[in-house]
Amino acid sequence: MSALGNILRKEIKELLTPATILPIVLITVIFGAIGSTMGGIDDEVHKKPIIGLINEDNSSYSSIVTNVFYTHADVVFNGTSSSEKQEGIKTVKDHKGTALLTIPSNFSSNLLEQQKAYINIYWIIEGTGIFDSFPSASVETLLQYAEYNISTYMIKAANASSNATLILSPVRETQTTEIKGHEYVGISPGEITALLATQSTTTPIVMMMIIIISGGMVISSMALEKENKTLETLLTLPVSRGSIVTGKIAASAIVGLLLALIYMVGIGYYMASFTFEDPSGASSFSLSLTPLDLTLVGISLFITLVAGLSLCMLLGTMAKNYKSAQTLTAPITMLAIFPMLLTMFTDFNTLPTALQVIVFAIPFSHPMMAPKALIFGEYWLVIAGIIYVTIFAVVVILLIIWVFKTDRLITGSNISHKFFKHRLRR
Amino acid sequence: MSTVEVKNFVKKYKETEAVKGINFSIEEGEIFGLIGPNGAGKTTALRTLATLLQVTEGSVKILNIDIQKNPEDVRKFISYLPEDAGAYKNLSGRQYLQFIANFFSEVKPKPLVEKGVQIANLGNRIDDKIDTYSKGMKRRLLIGRALMIQPKLAILDEPTSGLDVRNAQEIRSIIKTNASMGTTFLISSHNMLEVEFLCDRIALIAEGLIVEEGKPKDLKEKYNAENIEEVFMKVVS
Repeated sequence: MSALGNILRKEIKELLTPATILPIVLITVIFGAIGSTMGGIDDEVHKKPIIGLINEDNSSYSSIVTNVFYTHADVVFNGTSSSEKQEGIKTVKDHKGTALLTIPSNFSSNLLEQQKAYINIYWIIEGTGIFDSFPSASVETLLQYAEYNISTYMIKAANASSNATLILSPVRETQTTEIKGHEYVGISPGEITALLATQSTTTPIVMMMIIIISGGMVISSMALEKENKTLETLLTLPVSRGSIVTGKIAASAIVGLLLALIYMVGIGYYMASFTFEDPSGASSFSLSLTPLDLTLVGISLFITLVAGLSLCMLLGTMAKNYKSAQTLTAPITMLAIFPMLLTMFTDFNTLPTALQVIVFAIPFSHPMMAPKALIFGEYWLVIAGIIYVTIFAVVVILLIIWVFKTDRLITGSNISHKFFKHRLRR
Repeated sequence: MSTVEVKNFVKKYKETEAVKGINFSIEEGEIFGLIGPNGAGKTTALRTLATLLQVTEGSVKILNIDIQKNPEDVRKFISYLPEDAGAYKNLSGRQYLQFIANFFSEVKPKPLVEKGVQIANLGNRIDDKIDTYSKGMKRRLLIGRALMIQPKLAILDEPTSGLDVRNAQEIRSIIKTNASMGTTFLISSHNMLEVEFLCDRIALIAEGLIVEEGKPKDLKEKYNAENIEEVFMKVVS
């Protein structure tokens, strides 16, 4: 086995322990469980509401209302007199229903006399949470639909030749949205934002998680080598410093990707429970990624992972022990969270120049920005990012190899400790 | 050709001079002891010879290879055991030996591992996780690791430090056996009685300087002392 392969295998064995896997699996299970609950609520939204109906007004107007409910709701009680109200409430409750609707006897006559007609609703609500309000919201939607149908009927009754639908909704917008020089016909800015929600949230979160998980591993791995006094032995073995550095970075990348994958199963399930839009919507407006785009995103992600882990390793060389390594993960976490939030809520092009420079300089920003940039044809931003991050990674790796060749790794770097102590005091 | 040749070796940490120009050489198969109190410069000297630290001034050669110029060549022939060395806790003893052996023999590491298992003499426990080992077991495993490759030069920093009498005796016996098979040893210790028993030749180091050097027997005669501890006290005073 080659020296690099030997280090890689040992590192993976050291990193893949129950202590590292278990927290991620637990998070996955928790997110999965939450997602499952959310999925249940999605079903709840689309489920027919359970109601009871008392219709004292046996006319064509009240029939419009009852027809809507017979078609779109599950009517468990039918009455003809308000004296049956208590029985109706009990039946609806027994069926875990939402409301008992009573159409009074003057419903039609009021309308015919050009007066407001009333429907009395007795709501039965089990809780006060947002999700508990879904069944009542469905009933309210059906009431609006019934009202629309009554309006249509009344307009027709007044003038048979008039177009009731047109009168009720006389204006329709045809819209074209221009973003970054691209025209999208028949779609509003809000709809575009909604369609790009996956690119705006999922990719930055995945990237952030990979960096935090893998970065923490690299820093801890270096710290544990020092704390367990194994580093000195490793450095006297006939293996190049480059192989040690590469082996550690590669192993952390592999384990980090694996753990991030486990994590993403949970968070993916969780996030999918919030997505009610048609997923084919993005591609019909050319707002999805082509195979070439996906390749570029993959390259950007990989290079950034290498650069990020190299940066973590450089920080890891400063760690004295496992405890100090935990402090050193803080700047990496900040560097991963900052572009994640920016990418989720703003766009690189709309940032002030100073902030653009900062965002571009942070290697983690690039794979987070890449999907959206590629959708709008900003290949220059993605390719420039890949070139920059590659140079960044090479410089950092050379710096690590230099540190490995000096006394600093064994004797410790006073500069780094003084710097961090100073920063913490501030 | 000497296995180790150190000439006017100086090691500085910024302003602090830890080793102030020392000279010594070690012949093949010899057990050479570097003796001195804490902070005398022993570990610095050993770490430098193990290619962990840079030489500030002077020349250090192992098997006639300059360690400053060609550290990677030197590493093929040496084994270093730091004073408080550890091993990878999540590996078993055998996996650890396998990991180290792979660096020295990419094609046939198995004989090296078997030799390491034999030297460590941990019985069935060799397949248990290192995390479960006692201090003595861990040290025996590390000695096995250091000597399984039959290094030309074994650099052992306080090889029996913190061990009980039985474990310490076993390790001394292993060192003696391996020296008779041709391995050269450079050992540091503050246990002067152990050094007297183990070493063919010793150098007394104090405040970064070698203050005396020779065979334990000769030094005792020269200073009319009962043991090396007494020699050291007389030399230093």
